[in-house]
Amino acid sequence: MKAVNYAVLALFGAVLILGGLSLPDRGDPTAPLNRDKSAAGTPNAPSYYIRNPERDADTPNMVTVVLADYRGFDTMGEETVILTAGLICFLILRRERTKEKRR
Amino acid sequence: MMRRDDDAIISLVSRTVSPFIMIFALYVIFHGHYSPGGGFQGGTMLAAALILVRLAAGSDLSQLQFPRSWATPLGSAGVLIYWGTGFVSMLCGGNFLNYAFLPVSGPPPHHRNLGILFIEVGVGLAVMGILTAIYDDLLEGHPRD
Amino acid sequence: MTTSWKDIPVTKFLLGHYGYWFVFILMTLGFYGMVVKKNLVKKLIGMNIFQVAIIMFYLSSAGKWKATIPIVDPAIGTADTARYIDPLQHCLMLTAIVVGVATSGVAYALLITIYKRFGTLHEDELIERMKNDLDME
Repeated sequence: MKAVNYAVLALFGAVLILGGLSLPDRGDPTAPLNRDKSAAGTPNAPSYYIRNPERDADTPNMVTVVLADYRGFDTMGEETVILTAGLICFLILRRERTKEKRR
Repeated sequence: MMRRDDDAIISLVSRTVSPFIMIFALYVIFHGHYSPGGGFQGGTMLAAALILVRLAAGSDLSQLQFPRSWATPLGSAGVLIYWGTGFVSMLCGGNFLNYAFLPVSGPPPHHRNLGILFIEVGVGLAVMGILTAIYDDLLEGHPRD
Repeated sequence: MTTSWKDIPVTKFLLGHYGYWFVFILMTLGFYGMVVKKNLVKKLIGMNIFQVAIIMFYLSSAGKWKATIPIVDPAIGTADTARYIDPLQHCLMLTAIVVGVATSGVAYALLITIYKRFGTLHEDELIERMKNDLDME
């Protein structure tokens, strides 16, 4: 049993190293992520998010504008996930108090 | 964690520092437009200020600062503020979460500025309420003094 | 000297990729905790370490050489996008951190329920007691 566990771990490490060989250099300005236009000729999303928040929302902080305006649906979904996690903890663990109250 | 700590330094320092952490967390939430910050960071710092007093003074005494039964309703109120902003802009004629249709005065970039501020306050309240509620639920059922 | 030491391909590869290797080591450590350890709490701690490694990988992919933080500086302006680092990865990881905390809270609540029901948190003993339990047919 232990041998299978360590074999899976070694396989995971090998896949990570193989994947890391073809990644671009960190911080390279000519990488496909950092260019102005994507490979298909459309404008690249990060360069749009850098140029336009000051004009669209009168706010210098780009991260807040991307979080709350350009990607507001995703933030709404994540906040609902946080609320659901809190309600799950409430429902799992607070059963004993109502049982004690009923006695 | 459930019992209070009898050490003088821990009791005094935690009770003194906790309001200042809360004020700094409000600063982080409202200054999210101009400096790094925003709703998630400020909400987590508010929860940290409340959990600090719960750890140092015990679960019973810290009910004087923030009762256990307020945590989940505040979290739900935060999510309600977020969804409510979206529905208000839908009621005023636009798409869901399109801040340009909010009923305030000024040009549309100013509308988006205020819309982002409402959103961040909602997110901060939700994160504070839920993280404190999770901490209180994990300690449920333990004997306290 | 026409070529400096930075132009040798091996050095260029090492300087560009060593940041990824730290993240891969952390990911392997987290995966080790999840797969090899038998205690359920240790598995959850391994999952948290794995989560932190993924967040660091995203944030390290946002960097650019000689670029500043993603807040618009009036002295630099917004015309040149190579002067600011990428804001998209930071936005995605902000919510990921808090969602990770909430999910860990749910996981520990489930562990408390398991302990109250079966009395143990060790994986092999837990499977034995689940097999012998009459409700789990």
